[in-house]
Amino acid sequence: MPHSVTLTLPGTQVAERIRASLPNAVKSANTDYVVLEPASAFDAMALLRDDEQLDGKFLVQMCSVDMISRIDVVYHFASLAQNHIFEVKVPTDHEQASVPSISPLWSGAILQEREIYDLMGVKFPGHPELTRLFLWESFPGHPLRKDFMAMPGGRKPGLSQFPKQVVGQTGQEFRPKAPGTGE
Amino acid sequence: MPIKSEPVEVNIGPQHPSTHGVFRMVAKIDGERIVDVKMVVGYLHRSMEKLAEERTFTQNIPFTDRMDYLAAMSGNLGYCLSVEKLAGIEVPERAQYLRVIFAELQRVASHCMATGAFINDCGAWQTPVMYCFRDREKVLDLFEMTCGARLTTNYMRIGGVAFDIPDEFLPALDRLVNDDLPFRFEEYDQLLVGNEIIMMRARDVGVVTPEMAINASLSGPILRSAGIVWDLRKADPYAVYDRMKFDIPVGYNGDAYDRMCIRIEEMKQSLRIIRQAMHDLPGGPHKTDVPLAIRPPAGEAYSRVESPKGELGFYVVSDGGPAPYRWHVRAPSLINLSVLKEMTVGKSIADAIVTLGSIDINVGELDR
Repeated sequence: MPHSVTLTLPGTQVAERIRASLPNAVKSANTDYVVLEPASAFDAMALLRDDEQLDGKFLVQMCSVDMISRIDVVYHFASLAQNHIFEVKVPTDHEQASVPSISPLWSGAILQEREIYDLMGVKFPGHPELTRLFLWESFPGHPLRKDFMAMPGGRKPGLSQFPKQVVGQTGQEFRPKAPGTGE
Repeated sequence: MPIKSEPVEVNIGPQHPSTHGVFRMVAKIDGERIVDVKMVVGYLHRSMEKLAEERTFTQNIPFTDRMDYLAAMSGNLGYCLSVEKLAGIEVPERAQYLRVIFAELQRVASHCMATGAFINDCGAWQTPVMYCFRDREKVLDLFEMTCGARLTTNYMRIGGVAFDIPDEFLPALDRLVNDDLPFRFEEYDQLLVGNEIIMMRARDVGVVTPEMAINASLSGPILRSAGIVWDLRKADPYAVYDRMKFDIPVGYNGDAYDRMCIRIEEMKQSLRIIRQAMHDLPGGPHKTDVPLAIRPPAGEAYSRVESPKGELGFYVVSDGGPAPYRWHVRAPSLINLSVLKEMTVGKSIADAIVTLGSIDINVGELDR
C-alpha cells in the first residue's frame, strides 16, 4: 500500500536489509543515511534495487560532496510503488577517487556520473563512456573540489568569518567597506 | 537498384532553432536513419554550484531564476523549501498559498512555451508558437505586477515571499483564470489536440516504455506519458498542495503526442488549483522573520518540487556557516535526456527534432 506522503526510510532500516544478504557491505548507518563500503557498493546497489522491501527502482539523484579528507558520492533512491525515499553514501579517497559505476543498473546514472567525473573528478569504473560533460577535455582540474583555485583565493575567507547573526541586525553590516578593496 | 550510402555525421546545433538554446546533438545518419546520437552540452555552463558556495543562502536565490529561466518561480520555490527544511523554518499560511498560485501560473507559462515550441518543431512554423506566446505574456504580466520582473522573478524568499500581492492582482488573476485562459485552452483543444496533422506527425514518435522511464529516472510529463501516475504535488505534497483538488493527466503510448496532450491538460488542472488557492487565500504576514545571512545548523537536506520540466531537487549541505557547503541541483532537463539515444536511434532525423521538442529541455537548467 503506497504511503500518502513520501516516507523517508531511516538509514538503519536500510542497513539492516542490506546486512541480511551482504553482511560486510555496510560501513555505518544513522537515521539519515547509510554508508556503504566502496568495494561491495555495486552488489549492495543491485540488492537494494531488487529487494522487495526497499524497492529502490527509481534513482532520484546522485551527486558528490568534497569532505576534504574524502569525497562522498550521495545517492537518493525512491520507490514509486511504495512511495518512500532513502539516502545512500559511498565514501572514496580524495586523491584516487573511484566508485563502481551503477550505469549498468540504472541508465539514468550515465549522464550524472559523467557530471560528477567532470566537476568532482570521481572515476566510475564500468561506465560506458566516462568523458567530461560540461567542460572541455583539456580543462585543468575539477572545479567543485574545495582545493580548486580557479577563483582568486579559492574559498573566500571573509564569508566563513562572518560574525554570528544577532537579533536586530539587518545584514547591511556584512557589505564590503568600500567597493574594490577586495573583501 | 538499392542506393549505397555511407554514414554521415550531422551537427544539429548548437545554434539551431529546434534545440531550444545552445544544445548540440551530433547525429550519425545513414540516409535518413539515425545510426548514433551524441549530445554535447556545456555551452551555457555557468558553474552555479561552485558560485553558490561563496554566497550566502539568500544570495543564491537569483541563481535559481537563471537555471530554468522559463520556470523561475518553480526554481525559487524548490530552493527555498530545501533551505527551510534544513533550518526548520515555518512559512506563514498566506505565503504558502501565494507560492502555490505563482508556481502554478509558472507551470501555465512554461507549458505554453513548451507546447508552442513543440508545434514549431513539428513543422508549423511560427503561427502556433505565437498563439502560445500570447497566453504566456498574460501570465508574465501578472509576475511583473507583483515583483517587477517578467522572467527572472527572484520572488520567493527563505521563509515566505518577497512582496505581498498588490491590490489589483486578484481581480486581474480572476479575469485570467476564469475568462481568458479557459477559452484559450478550448482553442488549443480544437486546434492542436484534435488536429489530424499533429496526430500523424507525433504519434509513435519518441516512444518511452514504463520500464525505460523508471530505469532512466525520468520525471515530469515524459514519465507520465508512459502511463505512470507520479506527480510530486500528490506523492510528496509541499506548500499547501495537499489541500488542493486536482487530477494527474497520464498518457498511454508514451509518445510525443501524449506529452503534448498531458501538458495542455496540466495547464487546465493548474487553473483549477489557482481558483481554489484564490478562494482560500488567507490574510496575515507574507514572510516570516529570517536573518538575511541565515546560518542553518550543520547538516544536509534534499527537497524536491514538481517543476514544469519534472522533478527539480535541491541537495543542500551546510557546515553551520552563512554559505552552503555544497549545493547540488537535480536538473530534470539533464536527466530526461538520458533516453535521447534510445528514443532517436533507428528513427529518421526529422523525428529526432520532434522527439527533442517533446522532451522540453531547458538548456539553462541542463548546464547550470
